[in-house]
Amino acid sequence: MDDVTITYDPRGLVELDGTIPKVAETDGERAVLDARELSTRKINAELRWLLYEQGVKEVTILNPSARHSLGVGILTRCRITFEGSLGYFGCGLGDGAEFQINGRVGWSVAENMMSGAVVIESNAGSLAGAALRGGDLVVKGQVGARTGIDQKGGTILVLGSAGSMTGFMMQRGRQIICGDVGPGLGDSMYDGTIYVGGKVAALGIDCVEGEWTDADTELIERKFRIYGLGAPPEFTKFVCGKKLYNYDSLEPSERKLVL
Amino acid sequence: MCGIAGIIYRDEGVEHQVGRDMTAMLQAMKHRGPDSTGYALYRPEAEGYVMHVKLAEANGHQDFDLGERLGRQRADIEARMKASGATINTIDSTTTDHAMTVSFGFEGDLKRLADYVEDVRDAEVLSLGRSLEIIKDLGDAATVAADYNLDEFIGTHAIGHARMATESDVDIANAHPYWAYPFPDVAVVHNGQLTNYHQWRRRLERAGHRFQSECDSEIIAVYLAERMAQGDSLEDSMRRSLSELDGVFTYICVTEDALGVAKDELGAKPLVLYESDDIVALASEEIAIRKVVDHEIETYDPYEGAVMVWTT
Repeated sequence: MDDVTITYDPRGLVELDGTIPKVAETDGERAVLDARELSTRKINAELRWLLYEQGVKEVTILNPSARHSLGVGILTRCRITFEGSLGYFGCGLGDGAEFQINGRVGWSVAENMMSGAVVIESNAGSLAGAALRGGDLVVKGQVGARTGIDQKGGTILVLGSAGSMTGFMMQRGRQIICGDVGPGLGDSMYDGTIYVGGKVAALGIDCVEGEWTDADTELIERKFRIYGLGAPPEFTKFVCGKKLYNYDSLEPSERKLVL
Repeated sequence: MCGIAGIIYRDEGVEHQVGRDMTAMLQAMKHRGPDSTGYALYRPEAEGYVMHVKLAEANGHQDFDLGERLGRQRADIEARMKASGATINTIDSTTTDHAMTVSFGFEGDLKRLADYVEDVRDAEVLSLGRSLEIIKDLGDAATVAADYNLDEFIGTHAIGHARMATESDVDIANAHPYWAYPFPDVAVVHNGQLTNYHQWRRRLERAGHRFQSECDSEIIAVYLAERMAQGDSLEDSMRRSLSELDGVFTYICVTEDALGVAKDELGAKPLVLYESDDIVALASEEIAIRKVVDHEIETYDPYEGAVMVWTT
């Protein structure tokens, strides 16, 4: 165990196998990292080293090879490009980073992102943007089931279609789905807005069509403009019917006390 | 959790090391299930039949008589097969002691033969068919592939399973893939849980089917075999299974010339699919597909309730 060096990351990450490979080719504020021979931990450690200690603002990662948990927990303003696909939990728990993924992503991409942007050129798996708190998640292909489950803020924009239970238990934020959506759209949503361009297989419990306002048009046009997606299609707006809202009523035992 | 994978080659006339490719896929998903690994591999135009028999559990009771007993079982099985009218070509003894591979020619009723072989104490017929070979044992893919010399296996298509035991024991009997006994050349791997297992098991047992394990996934193989025996196509049987089997599942079923996949109506279990002119590769995680396709590829997740079938 003598050769193990414990490295204290400036952001508090401690790991036993914490030696940073330091193999990225750096050019001023830019760096290119070939991840083919590196483990997931090494890739993430290198990424942190570049961003937090070397003052690099733009990193390109080659050969991510669909590995899980890459680019997780990046809490600084920077731009990261993945040339290839990611596995599960890619770009999660981020705050301020901008990700560009020139490939596909697995389940739970950008989960719990606080702010920043994740742009995926191809398809995404299920649970895209799970518990998203802020920022933009843009998927140019299709997404799997339960997109934006438990979403608490931010915007999810999907150019293709989406699977079942899209916006399940959504609490705040916006989803713009240009294609068709599967059954159970907005099931048990508390709040927030879902815009659907294509056909809806079936609405979930307590999800109803909402009234269109100028703010909706402005939002969609702005997001399409920012990401250079051309002219937006026609959308239908879906919101919470609030029939399941019982927050202000007391439990039977509590009511007894009040009376 | 479990990891499942399937691969089917579409470029005719090219030999593929399907055993090596499937091992690479399953090894990449070792984190999804390290308990046991199983393969259902298909060789092209095999002459006669190949039968894989399990003689004892790999982690079973290792007493002093085990070696002698295994030898007796081997001799007994060989004698019973000859008595049934089978002409034995080879008996493969290069694999581990607790398993046996027999290639033979046979004209009669396969179910009777399989039943007669299984009547030998502790013997279980893992697979029987003209081209299907099921290999399953404890450990990760690299271990099993080395034990059974799978890198050399040339074939047309295959499915595989990396198991994390949730509902039943860690042993060979509960490892996937399941052969659809007694229908030759049909096998299934499954990721998920079936909640109406006991209902279906009672129903199918009453219809005369035999079960070798306590594993819920075995139901799928027998269920599909039952449907196909009644004249349904593989695709129709799989489509029907979506409403008749309850629970969460993604399963892959293979026959002599086809490979099909079905996802439950909640889309609860993962599946990533890559399809090109040369190859169809599918797996629980894309990381497995990347092991057999080296260039950047376009993959996607099929939606809930999806049923797809490809033929060789």
